[in-house]
Amino acid sequence: MIKTIIGRKLGMTQVFGEEGEAIPVTVLEAGPCFVTQVKTVENDGYNALQLGFGTRKPHRVNKPLKGHFAKCGKGPFRILKEVKVDSTDEFDLGQEIKVDIFQVGEKVDVIGTSKGRGFAGTIKRWGFHRGPVSHGSKNTRPPGSIGCSAWPSRVIKGKKLPGHMGNRRVTVKNLQIVDVRPEQNLLLVKGAVAGAPNSFVIIRKTNKR
Amino acid sequence: MGVKNKVISMLEKENMRTDIPDFRAGDTVKVHVRIREGEKERIQVFQGVVIRRHNRNQLTATFTVRKVSYGIGVERIFPLHSPMIEKIEVVTRGRVRRSRLYYLRNLRGKAARIKERR
Repeated sequence: MIKTIIGRKLGMTQVFGEEGEAIPVTVLEAGPCFVTQVKTVENDGYNALQLGFGTRKPHRVNKPLKGHFAKCGKGPFRILKEVKVDSTDEFDLGQEIKVDIFQVGEKVDVIGTSKGRGFAGTIKRWGFHRGPVSHGSKNTRPPGSIGCSAWPSRVIKGKKLPGHMGNRRVTVKNLQIVDVRPEQNLLLVKGAVAGAPNSFVIIRKTNKR
Repeated sequence: MGVKNKVISMLEKENMRTDIPDFRAGDTVKVHVRIREGEKERIQVFQGVVIRRHNRNQLTATFTVRKVSYGIGVERIFPLHSPMIEKIEVVTRGRVRRSRLYYLRNLRGKAARIKERR
Protein backbone atom coordinates (compact mmCIF):
# COMPACT_ATOMS: atom_id res chain seq x y z
CA MET A 1 0.00 0.00 0.00
CA ILE A 2 1.34 3.34 -0.97
CA LYS A 3 -0.56 6.54 -0.49
CA THR A 4 1.90 9.11 -1.77
CA ILE A 5 2.53 10.40 -5.25
CA ILE A 6 4.52 13.18 -6.85
CA GLY A 7 2.80 15.62 -9.14
CA ARG A 8 2.66 19.02 -10.68
CA LYS A 9 0.30 21.87 -9.94
CA LEU A 10 -1.50 22.97 -13.10
CA GLY A 11 -3.69 25.73 -11.73
CA MET A 12 -7.12 26.42 -10.31
CA THR A 13 -10.65 26.40 -11.63
CA GLN A 14 -14.07 25.46 -10.32
CA VAL A 15 -16.49 22.59 -10.69
CA PHE A 16 -20.14 22.33 -9.78
CA GLY A 17 -21.14 20.01 -6.98
CA GLU A 18 -24.23 17.89 -6.59
CA GLU A 19 -26.20 20.71 -5.01
CA GLY A 20 -25.15 23.02 -7.83
CA GLU A 21 -22.64 24.84 -5.66
CA ALA A 22 -19.37 25.99 -7.18
CA ILE A 23 -16.39 24.20 -5.66
CA PRO A 24 -12.98 25.85 -6.05
CA VAL A 25 -10.48 23.20 -7.10
CA THR A 26 -6.79 22.93 -7.76
CA VAL A 27 -5.91 20.75 -10.73
CA LEU A 28 -2.89 18.55 -10.13
CA GLU A 29 -1.15 16.36 -12.64
CA ALA A 30 -0.31 13.46 -10.34
CA GLY A 31 2.04 10.85 -11.63
CA PRO A 32 2.70 8.52 -13.24
CA CYS A 33 5.59 7.90 -10.89
CA PHE A 34 8.03 5.03 -11.14
CA VAL A 35 9.84 3.18 -8.41
CA THR A 36 13.54 3.95 -8.88
CA GLN A 37 14.85 2.28 -5.76
CA VAL A 38 13.49 -0.12 -3.15
CA LYS A 39 14.98 0.28 0.30
CA THR A 40 14.62 -2.58 2.74
CA VAL A 41 15.35 -3.10 6.42
CA GLU A 42 18.12 -5.63 5.63
CA ASN A 43 19.86 -3.29 3.25
CA ASP A 44 19.15 0.21 4.49
CA GLY A 45 17.70 -0.16 7.96
CA TYR A 46 14.20 0.93 6.94
CA ASN A 47 11.55 0.26 4.33
CA ALA A 48 11.05 2.90 1.69
CA LEU A 49 10.52 3.50 -1.99
CA GLN A 50 12.19 6.09 -4.10
CA LEU A 51 9.83 7.55 -6.67
CA GLY A 52 10.71 9.44 -9.82
CA PHE A 53 8.51 11.92 -11.66
CA GLY A 54 8.83 14.27 -14.61
CA THR A 55 11.35 14.14 -17.41
CA ARG A 56 14.87 15.44 -17.67
CA LYS A 57 16.95 15.71 -20.84
CA PRO A 58 19.36 12.76 -20.95
CA HIS A 59 22.41 14.96 -21.60
CA ARG A 60 21.66 16.95 -18.45
CA VAL A 61 22.00 13.89 -16.22
CA ASN A 62 25.37 13.16 -14.65
CA LYS A 63 26.95 9.72 -14.79
CA PRO A 64 26.15 8.49 -11.27
CA LEU A 65 22.47 9.36 -11.71
CA LYS A 66 22.46 7.80 -15.17
CA GLY A 67 23.59 4.55 -13.62
CA HIS A 68 20.91 4.87 -10.96
CA PHE A 69 18.19 5.32 -13.57
CA ALA A 70 19.59 2.50 -15.70
CA LYS A 71 19.03 0.10 -12.80
CA CYS A 72 15.30 0.63 -12.83
CA GLY A 73 15.16 0.93 -16.61
CA LYS A 74 13.14 4.17 -16.51
CA GLY A 75 13.85 7.86 -16.59
CA PRO A 76 15.72 10.11 -16.42
CA PHE A 77 13.32 11.78 -14.02
CA ARG A 78 13.14 15.39 -13.01
CA ILE A 79 12.69 14.78 -9.31
CA LEU A 80 13.18 11.86 -6.97
CA LYS A 81 11.47 11.52 -3.63
CA GLU A 82 11.61 8.88 -0.98
CA VAL A 83 8.42 7.53 0.54
CA LYS A 84 8.27 5.35 3.62
CA VAL A 85 6.25 2.15 3.33
CA ASP A 86 5.42 -0.62 5.80
CA SER A 87 6.47 -3.40 3.50
CA THR A 88 8.30 -3.42 0.18
CA ASP A 89 7.08 -6.88 -0.87
CA GLU A 90 4.54 -5.70 -3.41
CA PHE A 91 6.89 -3.27 -5.15
CA ASP A 92 9.46 -3.86 -7.87
CA LEU A 93 11.99 -1.59 -9.48
CA GLY A 94 10.42 0.39 -12.30
CA GLN A 95 6.87 -0.23 -11.11
CA GLU A 96 4.37 2.40 -12.12
CA ILE A 97 2.35 4.27 -9.53
CA LYS A 98 -0.67 6.18 -10.78
CA VAL A 99 -3.36 8.43 -9.35
CA ASP A 100 -5.78 5.55 -9.00
CA ILE A 101 -4.31 4.94 -5.54
CA PHE A 102 -6.62 7.77 -4.49
CA GLN A 103 -10.40 7.83 -4.47
CA VAL A 104 -12.94 10.61 -4.65
CA GLY A 105 -13.81 11.89 -1.19
CA GLU A 106 -10.52 10.98 0.44
CA LYS A 107 -8.54 13.61 2.30
CA VAL A 108 -4.99 14.40 1.27
CA ASP A 109 -2.14 16.69 2.25
CA VAL A 110 -0.43 18.55 -0.55
CA ILE A 111 3.12 19.73 -0.08
CA GLY A 112 4.41 22.42 -2.40
CA THR A 113 6.98 25.17 -2.57
CA SER A 114 5.43 28.57 -2.08
CA LYS A 115 6.05 31.41 -4.52
CA GLY A 116 9.21 33.31 -3.61
CA ARG A 117 8.69 36.91 -2.66
CA GLY A 118 12.32 37.86 -2.00
CA PHE A 119 13.24 40.17 0.85
CA ALA A 120 9.87 41.34 2.11
CA GLY A 121 8.97 44.00 4.67
CA THR A 122 6.83 43.51 7.74
CA ILE A 123 3.61 44.58 6.05
CA LYS A 124 3.75 41.93 3.36
CA ARG A 125 5.47 39.30 5.46
CA TRP A 126 3.60 39.55 8.73
CA GLY A 127 0.55 41.64 7.98
CA PHE A 128 1.62 44.66 10.05
CA HIS A 129 -0.44 47.80 9.63
CA ARG A 130 1.08 50.68 7.78
CA GLY A 131 1.44 54.24 8.99
CA PRO A 132 -0.36 57.26 7.55
CA VAL A 133 0.50 58.22 3.98
CA SER A 134 -0.30 61.93 4.14
CA HIS A 135 -0.10 64.93 6.50
CA GLY A 136 3.70 64.91 6.17
CA SER A 137 4.02 61.40 7.52
CA LYS A 138 7.21 59.59 6.61
CA ASN A 139 6.28 56.49 8.57
CA THR A 140 4.34 54.61 5.90
CA ARG A 141 5.93 51.16 5.79
CA PRO A 142 8.72 50.88 8.41
CA PRO A 143 8.27 48.26 11.14
CA GLY A 144 8.31 50.82 14.00
CA SER A 145 9.74 50.07 17.41
CA ILE A 146 11.13 46.58 17.75
CA GLY A 147 11.40 46.46 21.51
CA CYS A 148 12.41 48.11 24.81
CA SER A 149 15.52 50.15 25.62
CA ALA A 150 18.28 49.75 28.28
CA TRP A 151 16.53 46.66 29.54
CA PRO A 152 16.80 44.08 28.02
CA SER A 153 19.03 45.96 25.54
CA ARG A 154 18.49 43.31 22.93
CA VAL A 155 15.72 42.31 20.55
CA ILE A 156 13.62 39.44 21.86
CA LYS A 157 13.88 36.22 19.91
CA GLY A 158 11.23 35.54 17.35
CA LYS A 159 10.47 39.23 16.78
CA LYS A 160 8.71 39.60 13.44
CA LEU A 161 11.05 41.53 11.19
CA PRO A 162 11.66 41.94 7.45
CA GLY A 163 13.40 39.11 5.67
CA HIS A 164 13.07 36.45 3.05
CA MET A 165 9.51 35.39 2.33
CA GLY A 166 8.15 32.47 0.36
CA ASN A 167 10.03 29.82 -1.63
CA ARG A 168 9.79 27.35 1.18
CA ARG A 169 8.02 24.06 1.75
CA VAL A 170 4.36 24.54 2.61
CA THR A 171 1.96 21.73 3.51
CA VAL A 172 -1.75 22.22 3.10
CA LYS A 173 -3.53 19.56 5.12
CA ASN A 174 -6.85 17.82 4.80
CA LEU A 175 -7.85 18.72 1.27
CA GLN A 176 -10.76 16.79 -0.11
CA ILE A 177 -10.38 14.97 -3.41
CA VAL A 178 -13.13 16.11 -5.76
CA ASP A 179 -12.21 14.09 -8.83
CA VAL A 180 -9.69 11.47 -9.93
CA ARG A 181 -8.97 10.82 -13.60
CA PRO A 182 -6.43 8.05 -14.02
CA GLU A 183 -6.52 8.15 -17.84
CA GLN A 184 -5.37 11.78 -17.79
CA ASN A 185 -3.35 11.50 -14.57
CA LEU A 186 -5.41 14.28 -13.05
CA LEU A 187 -6.36 14.89 -9.47
CA LEU A 188 -8.75 17.65 -8.43
CA VAL A 189 -8.55 18.76 -4.82
CA LYS A 190 -10.81 21.26 -3.13
CA GLY A 191 -9.06 24.46 -2.19
CA ALA A 192 -5.74 26.11 -2.84
CA VAL A 193 -2.25 24.64 -2.87
CA ALA A 194 1.03 26.48 -2.36
CA GLY A 195 3.23 27.30 -5.34
CA ALA A 196 3.13 28.56 -8.88
CA PRO A 197 1.59 26.62 -11.77
CA ASN A 198 3.91 23.87 -13.05
CA SER A 199 5.64 23.61 -9.67
CA PHE A 200 6.14 20.17 -8.20
CA VAL A 201 3.99 18.93 -5.35
CA ILE A 202 3.83 15.85 -3.19
CA ILE A 203 0.39 14.42 -2.53
CA ARG A 204 -0.10 12.06 0.37
CA LYS A 205 -2.96 10.64 2.34
CA THR A 206 -3.59 13.03 5.17
CA ASN A 207 -2.11 12.27 8.56
CA LYS A 208 -4.60 14.56 10.20
CA ARG A 209 -7.40 12.85 12.07
CA MET B 1 -3.25 36.24 -15.17
CA GLY B 2 -1.25 34.37 -17.73
CA VAL B 3 -2.42 31.99 -20.42
CA LYS B 4 -4.63 29.31 -19.08
CA ASN B 5 -3.30 25.78 -18.95
CA LYS B 6 -4.62 23.54 -21.73
CA VAL B 7 -5.77 20.85 -19.34
CA ILE B 8 -7.69 23.37 -17.30
CA SER B 9 -9.39 24.84 -20.36
CA MET B 10 -10.34 21.31 -21.32
CA LEU B 11 -11.79 20.65 -17.87
CA GLU B 12 -13.73 23.90 -18.00
CA LYS B 13 -15.14 23.11 -21.43
CA GLU B 14 -16.59 19.89 -20.07
CA ASN B 15 -18.56 21.76 -17.45
CA MET B 16 -19.69 24.62 -19.64
CA ARG B 17 -23.25 24.82 -20.89
CA THR B 18 -24.06 25.45 -24.49
CA ASP B 19 -27.76 26.16 -24.10
CA ILE B 20 -27.38 29.68 -22.80
CA PRO B 21 -29.05 32.35 -24.92
CA ASP B 22 -27.17 35.43 -25.93
CA PHE B 23 -27.97 38.29 -23.57
CA ARG B 24 -26.20 41.33 -22.23
CA ALA B 25 -26.42 44.02 -19.61
CA GLY B 26 -29.67 45.94 -19.86
CA ASP B 27 -31.72 42.96 -20.99
CA THR B 28 -34.62 41.75 -18.91
CA VAL B 29 -34.40 38.01 -18.30
CA LYS B 30 -36.35 35.28 -16.61
CA VAL B 31 -34.06 32.90 -14.78
CA HIS B 32 -35.62 29.55 -13.98
CA VAL B 33 -33.85 28.32 -10.88
CA ARG B 34 -34.09 24.79 -9.56
CA ILE B 35 -34.81 24.79 -5.86
CA ARG B 36 -34.43 21.65 -3.84
CA GLU B 37 -36.41 21.31 -0.65
CA GLY B 38 -35.47 18.01 0.89
CA GLU B 39 -36.51 15.46 -1.69
CA LYS B 40 -38.71 17.66 -3.80
CA GLU B 41 -37.47 19.89 -6.52
CA ARG B 42 -39.32 22.84 -7.92
CA ILE B 43 -38.60 25.72 -10.20
CA GLN B 44 -38.65 29.35 -9.25
CA VAL B 45 -38.50 32.20 -11.70
CA PHE B 46 -36.43 35.26 -10.98
CA GLN B 47 -37.18 38.05 -13.41
CA GLY B 48 -35.19 41.24 -13.60
CA VAL B 49 -32.68 43.37 -15.41
CA VAL B 50 -29.17 42.07 -16.03
CA ILE B 51 -26.89 44.71 -14.56
CA ARG B 52 -23.60 42.91 -14.99
CA ARG B 53 -21.93 40.06 -16.83
CA HIS B 54 -18.67 38.92 -15.36
CA ASN B 55 -15.83 36.65 -16.64
CA ARG B 56 -17.24 36.11 -20.11
CA ASN B 57 -16.31 32.89 -21.96
CA GLN B 58 -15.12 31.20 -18.80
CA LEU B 59 -16.59 28.57 -16.58
CA THR B 60 -16.45 31.04 -13.72
CA ALA B 61 -18.74 33.47 -15.56
CA THR B 62 -21.54 35.03 -13.53
CA PHE B 63 -24.31 37.49 -14.15
CA THR B 64 -26.24 39.72 -11.81
CA VAL B 65 -29.99 40.20 -12.09
CA ARG B 66 -31.72 43.05 -10.32
CA LYS B 67 -35.39 43.38 -9.63
CA VAL B 68 -37.49 45.53 -7.35
CA SER B 69 -39.66 43.40 -5.14
CA TYR B 70 -42.29 45.13 -2.98
CA GLY B 71 -40.27 48.34 -3.20
CA ILE B 72 -37.03 46.70 -2.18
CA GLY B 73 -34.24 46.18 -4.66
CA VAL B 74 -33.09 42.56 -4.86
CA GLU B 75 -30.00 41.46 -6.72
CA ARG B 76 -28.99 37.89 -7.35
CA ILE B 77 -25.69 36.73 -8.74
CA PHE B 78 -25.95 33.53 -10.77
CA PRO B 79 -23.05 31.40 -11.98
CA LEU B 80 -23.76 31.32 -15.71
CA HIS B 81 -22.91 27.62 -16.10
CA SER B 82 -24.60 26.49 -12.92
CA PRO B 83 -26.61 23.28 -13.19
CA MET B 84 -29.16 24.85 -10.86
CA ILE B 85 -30.31 27.09 -13.67
CA GLU B 86 -33.03 25.29 -15.60
CA LYS B 87 -33.11 27.87 -18.37
CA ILE B 88 -32.71 31.54 -19.09
CA GLU B 89 -35.34 33.40 -21.09
CA VAL B 90 -34.72 36.80 -22.57
CA VAL B 91 -37.87 38.88 -22.15
CA THR B 92 -36.76 42.20 -23.62
CA ARG B 93 -33.50 43.54 -24.97
CA GLY B 94 -32.49 46.90 -23.57
CA ARG B 95 -30.43 49.65 -25.10
CA VAL B 96 -27.85 50.84 -22.60
CA ARG B 97 -24.59 52.72 -22.98
CA ARG B 98 -22.47 50.91 -20.43
CA SER B 99 -21.73 47.34 -19.44
CA ARG B 100 -22.26 47.67 -15.70
CA LEU B 101 -25.56 49.23 -14.77
CA TYR B 102 -24.83 50.06 -11.14
CA TYR B 103 -26.50 53.44 -11.59
CA LEU B 104 -29.87 51.67 -11.56
CA ARG B 105 -29.45 51.16 -7.82
CA ASN B 106 -29.90 54.87 -7.24
CA LEU B 107 -32.94 55.18 -9.45
CA ARG B 108 -36.48 54.07 -8.97
CA GLY B 109 -39.76 54.03 -10.81
CA LYS B 110 -39.87 55.81 -14.13
CA ALA B 111 -36.21 56.84 -14.01
CA ALA B 112 -35.09 53.22 -13.78
CA ARG B 113 -36.66 52.28 -17.10
CA ILE B 114 -34.47 51.03 -19.92
CA LYS B 115 -35.18 51.75 -23.57
CA GLU B 116 -35.81 48.77 -25.76
CA ARG B 117 -33.20 47.80 -28.33
CA ARG B 118 -34.26 46.97 -31.84
